[in-house]
Amino acid sequence: MIFLSNLVNGLSLGSIYAIIALGYTMVYGIAKMLNFAHGDVIMVGAYIAFCALQYWGLPPVAALLAAMLLCTVLGITIEGLAYRPLRQATSLAVLITAIGMSYLLQNLALLIWGANPKSFPSVMIQLPTLSLFGDQLKISGVTMMTILANIAIMIVLTTFISRTKMGKAMRCVSEDRGAAELMGINVNRTISTTFAIGSALAAVAGILLCSAYPTLMPTTGSMPGIKAFTAAVFGGIGSIPGAMIGGILLGVIEILGKAYISTELGDAIVFAVLIIVLLFRPTGLLGKPIREKV
Amino acid sequence: MKKLVALMLALTLGLSVFAFAGAEETITLKIAHIGPLTGAAAVYGVATSRGAKIAAEEISAAGGKYKVEIIDEDDTHDAEKAVYAYGDALDKGAQMIIGTTTTTPCIAVGAEAYNDRVFMLTPSASSTAVTADKDNVYQVCFTDPAQGAASAAYIAEKNLPTKVAVIYNNADAYSTGIYQTFVDKAQEVGLEIVSTTTFTDDTTDFSVQVADAKNNGAELVFLPIYYTPASQILLNASSIDYKPVFFGVDGMDGILSIEGFDTSLAEGVMLLTPFSADAQDELTKNFVAKYQELYNEIPNQFAADAYDGVYALVAAAEKAGVQEGDAPEAICDAMIAAMQEIEVTGVTGTMTWAANGEVSKTPTAVIIENGAYVGFNN
Repeated sequence: MIFLSNLVNGLSLGSIYAIIALGYTMVYGIAKMLNFAHGDVIMVGAYIAFCALQYWGLPPVAALLAAMLLCTVLGITIEGLAYRPLRQATSLAVLITAIGMSYLLQNLALLIWGANPKSFPSVMIQLPTLSLFGDQLKISGVTMMTILANIAIMIVLTTFISRTKMGKAMRCVSEDRGAAELMGINVNRTISTTFAIGSALAAVAGILLCSAYPTLMPTTGSMPGIKAFTAAVFGGIGSIPGAMIGGILLGVIEILGKAYISTELGDAIVFAVLIIVLLFRPTGLLGKPIREKV
Repeated sequence: MKKLVALMLALTLGLSVFAFAGAEETITLKIAHIGPLTGAAAVYGVATSRGAKIAAEEISAAGGKYKVEIIDEDDTHDAEKAVYAYGDALDKGAQMIIGTTTTTPCIAVGAEAYNDRVFMLTPSASSTAVTADKDNVYQVCFTDPAQGAASAAYIAEKNLPTKVAVIYNNADAYSTGIYQTFVDKAQEVGLEIVSTTTFTDDTTDFSVQVADAKNNGAELVFLPIYYTPASQILLNASSIDYKPVFFGVDGMDGILSIEGFDTSLAEGVMLLTPFSADAQDELTKNFVAKYQELYNEIPNQFAADAYDGVYALVAAAEKAGVQEGDAPEAICDAMIAAMQEIEVTGVTGTMTWAANGEVSKTPTAVIIENGAYVGFNN
């Protein structure tokens, strides 16, 4: 029973990683860039939801929509201001810009909302806690909600990318940006849309993250962001189901490692597993194998 | 040319006599406060800054020998920034330091101050590493070992549950310091430690630690940690219906001022502190009333420590005969000698200091009831 409850804890942590990883992997898959500011967009989304609930007195659904809307605007702005001018630059330049953007967002949050931690209200998610085996095993409403949200987002994203015209454009841009442009696809608009969707997902992830772990500070997004990036690589970066599987596995490994090996080595175990997986499958669990032309 | 030089000399002499005459009446002590005014530990630094300023205003208004001017510096709880803040304070003419508020920056600034011979009194940096091998650094708060040992002794003495779990931050000198002395003392007084788990600064998930305490049947959870992770631990415990006694130390102080925090989670949490805002003595009542009037908040232990610290510095300065504009290195040795002779009664009790910089005063515990600290008597 203790093992089961640890497994549930792992699942709840992993589902949070997974939902963040979805945003990472989607932007990487299409724009072929690592948006290290993703974790900080999550933090901004959580702050917006916090303000909407505490200061503006909005109901939870409106708070969610406000956070998604403002994050979408933020995502498009970041892409337009910081990443678009670097479209032709080396990927290293874009990566450094993304890291800079991450610091910018953190420090802006520090200016706007101050350094004191805030505690995210628990009203966002009203699902009751599920008790199994006569109260011995508890699955919180937040965990169930996160897993449901994960599955829903995964299905919607996959359908969107494989069935719609914009999705098709995204796949084209992902495959060969130059050729896509020659075929009359507006690459800038496609990438902007990708960022818009990624940032709206970040707002959802921020709210779920802070519903599970309510301490909200300007650095709240950074460590979960790094872990989720690891999860995306673990699952095969660019693959949407891979992000979900990678996130959940990472959470379960972290919790079981802490519970049965050592609380001190929890993070070390996570990254050791990542190294081992990458040694045997360099593109991650569900990543496309890279064919080398000789 | 000679005339000009003579004139200049005369002028300088005249001015210095004038300055001296002015100093005879009231002497302005320039005290630097260094602490995290922004950043994750800002709750502590803002509290010590406010406490120090209230004391400075009171002393200046009382019209005694000294007026106090506080030079406020922000170190963001970062050792490197704290050293810059320290240099900046000296440039602004600081003669002594009330600070730094938190342990890690205090160790860094202490090393600089030891070399420069600047007298430091920290309100709240409680590690022994703060005062170790430095004759110029003194503390208003208990040391970590004293907090750990005093907590264990207190738990045993007040017949609190004896099956104890400890969750501490093993990436933090403050937390590990308290943990070690707690464990030593716990064995001595017959507490049984059934679960020991750790975390680091980046940890967001505490489900394993809380579950371990619960599964091992701990009835009291000792949390020698800061309040931000503690708030997460309280939430985790409530989500699995685990209701032990939570016992914290001074880092727990501040948990009630987290914006949006559901204070009912902290109901029944105990913390060891020498200061309780609801104490009925005149000193405390006056301090709490002033603090509430100015900042609309009940002062925590950090504010109280800094308040007492400024009074202690002024008492020591008087004994050491500090004069207007004395350089910090000129008065350091006299301050060290004076500090060991004075006895100060403040809002955190009656304090005397040993040569190693440690304070001696009596610890008490408070318990959180209906979202406020209440003195604990059992």
